[in-house]
Amino acid sequence: MRPPIILESTTTFSSSSSSSSSSSYSSCDRRLNTLARHLIDVNDQNQMASQNISPSPTASSNSVFAHLTRAPEDPILGVTVAYNKDPSPIKLNLGVGAYRTEEGKPLVLDVVRRVEQQLLNDVSRNKEYIPIVGLADFNKLSAKLIFGADSPAIQENRVTTVQGLSGTGSLRVGGEFLAKHYHQRIIYLPQPTWGNHPKIFTLAGLTVKTYRYYAPATRGLDFEGLLEDLGSAPSGSVVLLHACAHNPTGVDPTLEQWEQIRQLIRSKSLLPFFDSAYQGFASGSLDADAQPIRLFVADGGELLAAQSYAKNMGLYGERVGALSIVSKSADVASLVESQLKLVIRPMYSSPPIHGASIVAAILKDRDLFNDWTIELKAMADRIISMRQQLFDALRARGTPGDWSHIIKQIGMFTFTGLNSEQVSFMTKEYHIYLTSDGRISMAGLSTKTVSHLADAIHAAVTRVA
Amino acid sequence: MAIHNLLNGQFLNRSSVIGARFMSSWFRNIQPAPKDPILGVTEAFLADQSPNKVNVGVGAYRDDNGKPVVLECVREAERRIAGNQFMEYLPMGGSIHLVEESLKLAYGENSELIKDKRIAAVQALSGTGACRLFAAFQQRFHPNTQIYIPVPTWANHHNIWRDSGVPIKTFRYYHPESKGLDFSGLMDDIMNAPDGSFFLLHACAHNPTGVDPSEEQWREISSQIKAKGHFPLFDMAYQGFASGSPERDAKAIRIFLDDGHLIGLAQSYAKNMGLYGQRVGCLSVLCEDAKQAVAVKSQLQLIARPMYSNPPLHGALVVSTVLGDPELKKLWLQEVKVMADRIIGMRTTLRENLENLGSSLPWQHITNQIGMFCYSGMTPEQVDRLTSEFHIYMTRNGRISMAGLNTGNVGYVANAIYEVTKST
Repeated sequence: MRPPIILESTTTFSSSSSSSSSSSYSSCDRRLNTLARHLIDVNDQNQMASQNISPSPTASSNSVFAHLTRAPEDPILGVTVAYNKDPSPIKLNLGVGAYRTEEGKPLVLDVVRRVEQQLLNDVSRNKEYIPIVGLADFNKLSAKLIFGADSPAIQENRVTTVQGLSGTGSLRVGGEFLAKHYHQRIIYLPQPTWGNHPKIFTLAGLTVKTYRYYAPATRGLDFEGLLEDLGSAPSGSVVLLHACAHNPTGVDPTLEQWEQIRQLIRSKSLLPFFDSAYQGFASGSLDADAQPIRLFVADGGELLAAQSYAKNMGLYGERVGALSIVSKSADVASLVESQLKLVIRPMYSSPPIHGASIVAAILKDRDLFNDWTIELKAMADRIISMRQQLFDALRARGTPGDWSHIIKQIGMFTFTGLNSEQVSFMTKEYHIYLTSDGRISMAGLSTKTVSHLADAIHAAVTRVA
Repeated sequence: MAIHNLLNGQFLNRSSVIGARFMSSWFRNIQPAPKDPILGVTEAFLADQSPNKVNVGVGAYRDDNGKPVVLECVREAERRIAGNQFMEYLPMGGSIHLVEESLKLAYGENSELIKDKRIAAVQALSGTGACRLFAAFQQRFHPNTQIYIPVPTWANHHNIWRDSGVPIKTFRYYHPESKGLDFSGLMDDIMNAPDGSFFLLHACAHNPTGVDPSEEQWREISSQIKAKGHFPLFDMAYQGFASGSPERDAKAIRIFLDDGHLIGLAQSYAKNMGLYGQRVGCLSVLCEDAKQAVAVKSQLQLIARPMYSNPPLHGALVVSTVLGDPELKKLWLQEVKVMADRIIGMRTTLRENLENLGSSLPWQHITNQIGMFCYSGMTPEQVDRLTSEFHIYMTRNGRISMAGLNTGNVGYVANAIYEVTKST
């Protein structure tokens, strides 16, 4: 292939110039003449030949993106990048929230494998575009899963559900929809929250504010702060709520606290937007983990809910999720659907078929569904067991401090309370990888590795301020 | 206790529930969205009971029996994948293997640009997703620019750049009288656009017209774009599907690369690998050097992260498996040629039928145009007659999806077109 032709800004196109290599030169010349034939009257060609036509300064191979700087690594995904680079034979990745087995391996659920085969063997299946809103049965089944099969909102056709690109994609579509159609552009996020939340909503066109959530002193919920902050939010503001297994803290309100939150939100006409990424994964029970959302739906009010099947069905990379909007009436629900399509179409036209087909097959078959709940509970139980083992190991070492939050918090993550210096120390000395906010993914632990982590925490707490 | 009662529906008097029921819906003022013009055609077709109905609306390939096709190379790839792969998150930039194969396909198997690592590239959600990533990227780093799109173009292009906050301008493209390219209009518009504008070009098989510039015309377009310092973004949704040869269909891109342009490129595997619903594609941006490519890729990832975090796995595995295995790739090349040939055959047959019926109108454009679509030149009123009298479904701009034609219905469709255009 010929090397790219680089035009100096002083290169002229007249036929008698002596600069530049002749090969690039004559080809430019030829092209201009051809061009001239199409655009310019013959009478003008003589005039043109005598002028020096310089290409604009940008007409070279200078990139229009030369001014870009390299973006920083994503703080969460960057942890795995760093872990992969570490040559140490003893290292632990407690960064990304992806489930690992006792052997430290990723897991594809048995039900998923079975459905994979079923889909493969079904030659009547094709790969046509699915509707913009996704697979119809997937949507209905997802709504039933989160709201309950007997939910009045579903029975009254007040629920609009669209398939989304896992939790992230569902939140983004919901955010863009609100930015377009909702009268209040402010969304309140808990402090702290998943690192990607502020970016999702800001890019969707909303203004991000925060409400107090985590109390470092107790490593539990700052309930008073939460009520105060939501209480002083402007009317109509959107409030993001983690349905269960709060990420990154693992601190959830009790059901009684949820009821108070609900009353406050409804009295202030705030709009709840639930992020449900761990249904079934937190307590081991799908229904128990959905209680906070169902509490809100039961009062007849409106809300949004984003669901993800990344963790609870182990479908991480297939990007399967759903966004549901519960409205006051069936008429409004169908208006909402038509407008959601207009958000989705210019983003990716229609969602991917594979993951949603797997989910729908599992949810609609009673045996597969039951088998799934068993595998789900096994994952949740292993994590709960890791919490207990870590707690016991720290107590056995006499590590200073109260570590009961490890067994009080719920879900994939523990907010250890370690500071960033302690975290760096653990990474450097013990090759343990976690996010700098002290969040560890319990799913990355195993019986074999708990003592290594306990040693590291003990060392960090006793040797680093 | 109160909470449990609430959940069990014992609080039937809803007015006792604070705040919720007294307000009407926050969303009651939302207007119903207009139906998507393209997808609405299929809905109408499905509702039609006539045994003679024909769907030449949506651009998805059909075989000679009018059925969707899953390519054999794809089926084999899926057999190899099932049960053997984890389903972990891909990196934000997607499958490296998928990206590598995509670049080879578009830029050339032995491209120096690939060896020099000058191409920033990420997996995207098919062509739509690739365009959307680029539009957002353009808005972020060149917020004061516009995108020039051809008239006509795929309707969703408008939506993509609009939703990304990038103003849209148009350039002349289709010439209704000749049903071909308005080349002088196109060149004028390129010349008159402010220096350094962003131009969206269909690499091959222009959608919806099927009208592509000739090789010579592409060279002139490249030259004029270079003279103006414009940024060329190619949307390539039909590589291999247009002529039957992926190398041939990439000609325009190769011309631009030879000319030294730093192009952007959106690739889709929806049509050429029949992976419509899997949403697999690739966005690439050619940079000055490897360092810049790293920076650009990292910024593209920052746009993907708050949109969907990382792209879907399955389709990427299928494409990498097919393109990465010489036997499967060979099979794919055969299968894509079969699809392209069938469509080219239908073009010939349709045109011959119309001419044999004695139509006085010119129909060469049917075989001059290329790819999935034919811009027939029929008016909306004629299209409406096709639908109401003959149960033939297409978009009202007169665009025929050639993939919807087959040996079983091409005679019927030719006759119908002849009938409704007779009085013209």
